[in-house]
Amino acid sequence: MNNELVDRIENNPKYKELVSKRTSFGIKLGIFVLVMFYTFIMTIAFNKEVLATTIGDGVTTIAFPIALAILVISFITTLIYVKRANGEFEDLTNEIKDDVKDLM
Amino acid sequence: MLKILALISMVTLSAFAAGDATFEAVKRDLNVPAIIMFFIFIMGTLGITYWAARKTKSASDFYTAGGGITGFQNGLAIAGDYMSAAAFLGVSGLIYLKGYDGVIYAVSFLVGWPIILFFMAEKLRNLGKFTFADIAAYRLGQKEIRTLAAFGSLSVVILYLIAQMVGAGKLIQVLFGMEYEYAVILVGVMMIIYVTFGGMLATTWVQIIKACLLLTGVSFMAVMILYHFDFSFEALAVQATQNHTSSESILAPGGFISDPISAISLGMALMLGTAGLPHVLMRFFTVGNAKEARKSVVYATGFVGYFWVIITIVGFGAIAFLNSAEGSQYFVDGQLYIDGGKLFGGNNMASIHLSHMLGGDAFLGFISAVAFATILAVVSGLTLAGASAISHDIYANVICDGKAKEEDEIRVSKIFVVVLGVVGVILGISFEQQNIAYMVGLAFGIAASANFPILFLSIYWRGLTTRGAFIGGFIGLITAVTLVIIGPIVWVSILGNEEAIFPYKHPALFSVTIAFISIWFFSKTDSSQRGKDEREMFRAQNVRAETGIGSDGAVSH
Repeated sequence: MNNELVDRIENNPKYKELVSKRTSFGIKLGIFVLVMFYTFIMTIAFNKEVLATTIGDGVTTIAFPIALAILVISFITTLIYVKRANGEFEDLTNEIKDDVKDLM
Repeated sequence: MLKILALISMVTLSAFAAGDATFEAVKRDLNVPAIIMFFIFIMGTLGITYWAARKTKSASDFYTAGGGITGFQNGLAIAGDYMSAAAFLGVSGLIYLKGYDGVIYAVSFLVGWPIILFFMAEKLRNLGKFTFADIAAYRLGQKEIRTLAAFGSLSVVILYLIAQMVGAGKLIQVLFGMEYEYAVILVGVMMIIYVTFGGMLATTWVQIIKACLLLTGVSFMAVMILYHFDFSFEALAVQATQNHTSSESILAPGGFISDPISAISLGMALMLGTAGLPHVLMRFFTVGNAKEARKSVVYATGFVGYFWVIITIVGFGAIAFLNSAEGSQYFVDGQLYIDGGKLFGGNNMASIHLSHMLGGDAFLGFISAVAFATILAVVSGLTLAGASAISHDIYANVICDGKAKEEDEIRVSKIFVVVLGVVGVILGISFEQQNIAYMVGLAFGIAASANFPILFLSIYWRGLTTRGAFIGGFIGLITAVTLVIIGPIVWVSILGNEEAIFPYKHPALFSVTIAFISIWFFSKTDSSQRGKDEREMFRAQNVRAETGIGSDGAVSH
């Protein structure tokens, strides 16, 4: 990739839009997943008795629905990300490619 | 092809002969329906290998199946790589043994996926070609980075390979009453045949078929278990607590992850390690375009997440069923669990015995065949990743300066498949007694310390230079490997020493931190002209990573 092409792309407002939108979207979702997971791990590390709380009068503990929730939420966040990446971000990328077609 | 079949039948026959001799000691009947199911499967996968071998022509075909796999197929294949023997046999065995502690593994194994998708997958695809070293070597020194990446990949691959070998050996031992050593050798031979003849196309297809069969089989087990308890998890949990010596404590985090450092370290290893697994990273290059690559991660996360839910049910089901009075036939000498009995083949075999209790001989045959295919497919993928680290990174790019002929590169790769097969067999035999889920945890720990920091920093940090990556990367790798060797498992259990030099079972917290700090330090202090040039090149790399402009993907042009 030559410098002219790099300059052209970097100065393209669509490129700036793509990078800033996608980066902040990724970071937001990423932080959400990390906070969720490390809250779980830290609870196990420092205060695991909390997770031994039983549900109602049964023997099943709240640790099970929590684990299930982490699995489901992890899946949903990937779905949310890909929906936007394959729609909005993909379109932006294609527009950028179109704009620099003459240099490729 | 005839030669291969002859070879297999020879090895199988000799192993059976050996098995007969020890049959008295094992005291289990040869299970004919199970064995028939098993051989049907093996013949089927060999057929696929033969078909794939005829279609595999270029290096791109061999490494990445020519980029012609769809997102859905690739999602299944990624899930297939993930749902390894360690996942299926190891985690269900761990839940059988320790209860909820096994579930913690399951959860941690999945959380790495969204993180990879948000921060790595896209950029990896836009920068890479065959192996993950292509990415790190984009603007850094080819030779240094490829040498480092090859060592990192190999360490991960070998450790992961041992875990799968142990699972396969135990499985065949239980099923055929064959000696453990012969069982491991048989797996090694099968694996070498699959990979050398079929390459990535064959392993991808075996992986896809196996993923479907595994999900179906384990779903069936979970439904059978829940059916028995009128679809009440509470009823299953009550039965499980009554059948386990630790009673109610199996339903909450327990002593397995005893101290905070181990808990954090394990969580870190499993999460970051996913982003450093060479055989999984390779799969981003087997699809035609970025859109399909992203979709494949969603499919993979969905399948794997579902898999962990049903494995949890199977694990607790194993406690409820096998540890009951009716389960005595699955224990050595018929001694019941409550009387201190031991399962045939150890706790890793819990789900295999459970399949027999739930569905009889035919279902046992089905589950065993699927479990074996699981191992074979994962082991093949791993070996391929390990061999390409040597042929593509070391041979083609370091030794031949990128001027190697394609045929030679593939030949080197095939030779190393054989070498890795032999190494896997030898180590598989010496690690016989280890829980395989734990072994995989260690492989993830090394991936997180050796591969992940380099990959992450080369994508995101402008200041990274060859010097920093090379020195820092090796410090991270050596730290991780050393801490594993002087840790409790290898130092005490395998080498037979009295006390571990390094007290924690999982080194990731320390080794990942050390890797990041040393890479940062040696890049920061690098004032060479070369370092300056490399920082300059970050701009172009970043534009390509963000847009994919200039990348040709996995398809050869």
